[in-house]
Amino acid sequence: MYAPHTQRDIEQMLGAIGIESLDDLLRVPNDIALKAKLDVVPALPEYQIQRRFDRFAEKNAGVEYRSFLGAGSYRHYAPPAIAALAMRGEFLTAYTPYQAEVSQGYLQAIYEWQTYICLLTGMDIANASVYDGATALAEAAIMALGTTGRHKILVSRALHPNYRAVLRTYCDGLDVSVDEIAFDENGTTDLAALAHAVESKEYAAVALQSPNFFGIVDTLTQSALDAVNASGTIPIAVVAEALSLAAFAPPSSWGAQIVAGEAQSFGVAQAYGGPYAGFIASTQEHMRRIPGRLVGKSVDNAGRTAYVLTLQAREQHIRRERATSNICTNQAHCALIATIYLALMGKTGLRDAAALNLARSRELASAVANVDGATLKYAAPFFNEFVVDVGAPAEGVLASLQALGILGGVDLGRWYPELQSCILMTATELTTSADINALAAALDGAINVHAHI
Amino acid sequence: MSTPTSKASQPLIFELGQEGRANRYLEEGKPLESFLPKSVLRDDLPLPDNSELDVVRHYTRLSHRTFGIDLGFYPLGSCTMKYNPRVNDAIAMRPEFAQLHPYTPDELAQGALQVMYELERSLSSLFGMAAFSLNPSAGAHAELGALLIAKKYFKERGETQRDKVIVPDTAHGTNPASAAMCGFKVISLPSSERGRVGVEEIRAILGPDTAVCMMTNPNTLGLFEDDIAAIAAAVHEAGGLMYYDGANANAIMGYARPGDMGFDLMHLNTHKTFTIPHGGGGAGHGPLGVAAHLVEYLPTPVVAASPRPNGETGAAPSDRLTFSLDFDRPKSIGPLRSFWSNFAHAVRALAYLYANGAEGLKRVSQLAVLNANYLRVNIAEFLETPYVEVCRHEFVASAQALKRDHGVRALDLAKALLDYGYMAPTIYFPLIVPECLMIEPTETESKETLDGFVAALREIVEQAKSNPQALFDAPVTTVVGRVDETRAARQPDLRWRPPSVAHQNEVS
Repeated sequence: MYAPHTQRDIEQMLGAIGIESLDDLLRVPNDIALKAKLDVVPALPEYQIQRRFDRFAEKNAGVEYRSFLGAGSYRHYAPPAIAALAMRGEFLTAYTPYQAEVSQGYLQAIYEWQTYICLLTGMDIANASVYDGATALAEAAIMALGTTGRHKILVSRALHPNYRAVLRTYCDGLDVSVDEIAFDENGTTDLAALAHAVESKEYAAVALQSPNFFGIVDTLTQSALDAVNASGTIPIAVVAEALSLAAFAPPSSWGAQIVAGEAQSFGVAQAYGGPYAGFIASTQEHMRRIPGRLVGKSVDNAGRTAYVLTLQAREQHIRRERATSNICTNQAHCALIATIYLALMGKTGLRDAAALNLARSRELASAVANVDGATLKYAAPFFNEFVVDVGAPAEGVLASLQALGILGGVDLGRWYPELQSCILMTATELTTSADINALAAALDGAINVHAHI
Repeated sequence: MSTPTSKASQPLIFELGQEGRANRYLEEGKPLESFLPKSVLRDDLPLPDNSELDVVRHYTRLSHRTFGIDLGFYPLGSCTMKYNPRVNDAIAMRPEFAQLHPYTPDELAQGALQVMYELERSLSSLFGMAAFSLNPSAGAHAELGALLIAKKYFKERGETQRDKVIVPDTAHGTNPASAAMCGFKVISLPSSERGRVGVEEIRAILGPDTAVCMMTNPNTLGLFEDDIAAIAAAVHEAGGLMYYDGANANAIMGYARPGDMGFDLMHLNTHKTFTIPHGGGGAGHGPLGVAAHLVEYLPTPVVAASPRPNGETGAAPSDRLTFSLDFDRPKSIGPLRSFWSNFAHAVRALAYLYANGAEGLKRVSQLAVLNANYLRVNIAEFLETPYVEVCRHEFVASAQALKRDHGVRALDLAKALLDYGYMAPTIYFPLIVPECLMIEPTETESKETLDGFVAALREIVEQAKSNPQALFDAPVTTVVGRVDETRAARQPDLRWRPPSVAHQNEVS
């Protein structure tokens, strides 16, 4: 239990308090005192704990498979220097840096994170992190609701289904409705429908993801942006694959005022879904509505550069029910990991990573397109994932691939009834030619089987 | 170049490096134009290139400018800053957990699902709830989830008039903020002179518009709400639900369970009670527990278990089960986050449960409360403690008299403690205690550490009387002195800008 008390310590301390026993200290009224026998996992010595988890680890065979899974969680190279630095006890075991004088290092690292996110997104400001990409979208929507005083949100159907679901969960609480815009035959948001929808001037925000859930560049054209701006709707950009920011024009270039994103790609472990590193960045005008912590640069009483949590009047511990958000603990350590990743990779390394993702995913796309019965669903420019139509139920094809040790991608029929025969496939810099050849060969057989059932 | 111990400010990573000073982690990539039309590409990527050594030195130096539990005593009230066992990290970082993709088919992620199942079942028993969801990312996130459940529950019962959430004035700020995010109106309930919620007082504000009463027990004064059964009965009689803020769960394990106290909803902060490292402000992990009548509203997905078809037997009951993620929950409030859980933290929390078992967890609460009371009686010798009775895992002291007589505030005591190598307690919270210091030692600190802290605080309080100016100047041993927070807020500088851009901004 990691407590250092000897029996003598306990007796001395009870004596100092003037209490007979530990039970006397912890006694609660009889009517609520514990009567049940607790059913908790048994206590084990440390080496046995490791053995117990050996058993759990063995049963996660998925990590051994050739994987083409992405869809919001990406396998990228993370230099070991990240863990060596981020796992230092000073960082790992610190609390939120309320006492600035003894937290300068962490505060500076978060100021660097805020800067990195600004430089990558082209926004003016960024916060110290939110839980993940989906909650970043929900919090961005709440910013827009507050700014506009409107009660509806518009969101592209080509945006990550999980993100849309979380947005709906949050909006249900606020009695805000979420409407969706269709995507067209190119796999991108129907901008004509979007421009028409915002004319009602009922929407606080319109959210687009780029690259979208199908991996494709999906941004507002100038005319669509003009319609959005004319209607007073706030354009929100969602970025689920942060590495794409190293290649694509930043969301600021197509008019986004708020960017909600996920930085898992920057060195954060996939870890079956978390913890990840959500971020929110925005133009200057939204500064006082941004949720969560912000680190600012200031000076100390001797005029030295010093960092401190700032603009706290937005936050729950000061403003309580009038706060911009209820967020307290955020994802500081994941943000630190991402910051160290970006520092190690630098401009050159990040460009290389982006180029390798583009190269390997195109190698995969052409290998798959050569398989009889498989076609690339959309022709638009993509980053590291794309949609393959296998002409047979995707679920069955993926099961056949799995039997051969391959996780072929994500079954889009799970969310899109019209895409039952489509798979979202991802390749990153860690995908090898051997992986790609194995997939192509297996896919050929799998389609053959399922197309003829 | 500054040395690790120097007070010279550390340059920003953006002020270091040279373009092209690349680390060869990957092959060189082809120009991006060979893959994509120029119209979709960015013109510039204004990030610094640094050698790995320079990056390692930079962040190692920043670590030297950061205080964590590993460096010293961290008596931060309501934050439960206990030792974070390294074995938990070692297990969580194993590739079979760290590299597992969230869309891995259930049959290839049985180990991960079993971890979540064992944690969920153990927490349910330990706190007397029917089920927990591991979906929420932190305590405040779970509060939001719980209030969304309450909202949906009342809506389905046709009781949409229930729009009030009762929050005692000692509650954490997240409670009213979470209520507001669900459209509830917040009613603040003043504490009695005993520092507790009074049964008569709460009865007076209950009615057909009552939705939820949110309570922390023990509360943030460190006092056990001994009328909790009567309070819960009154809230239930009025048709409302009871919510337990589990921030202070370290005080009750093995002695009392929120479920037995009458709570319908609760959260835990595994980054407090169950030794997940706080990491400088997250990631957290906030399991959300519910009583039987609310299970079907839990966020999606939940881990479902069924007996193994081939009847294999194993060492533990859960070894004889097979697991799946269940998304088909028609009454669910929906998901609260991108993927299923802060899973790496579920691994850590379960490892901690295995280190303790039920008896060990009871011992944890015993020693946490012992440590708090030992500090309380020693500190009461020289500093006012407004509630003179046995406390639970934490207690409050007040610098009100020092402020009145010597102008020394709680803030000054806190800053002086930094010079002694201690983290400051939580200050100015709860809001009802003037010049409040809220102190929580946790069970992992030794008597020697507590004695050292008491001696330091005693010396500081004596100095407050003899030489208050010294405290106003504190801290002096840290890398910076007190920071100008007004300037930070009035002239917000929230990011570095490239020199040319910064220059342009100054000119304009």
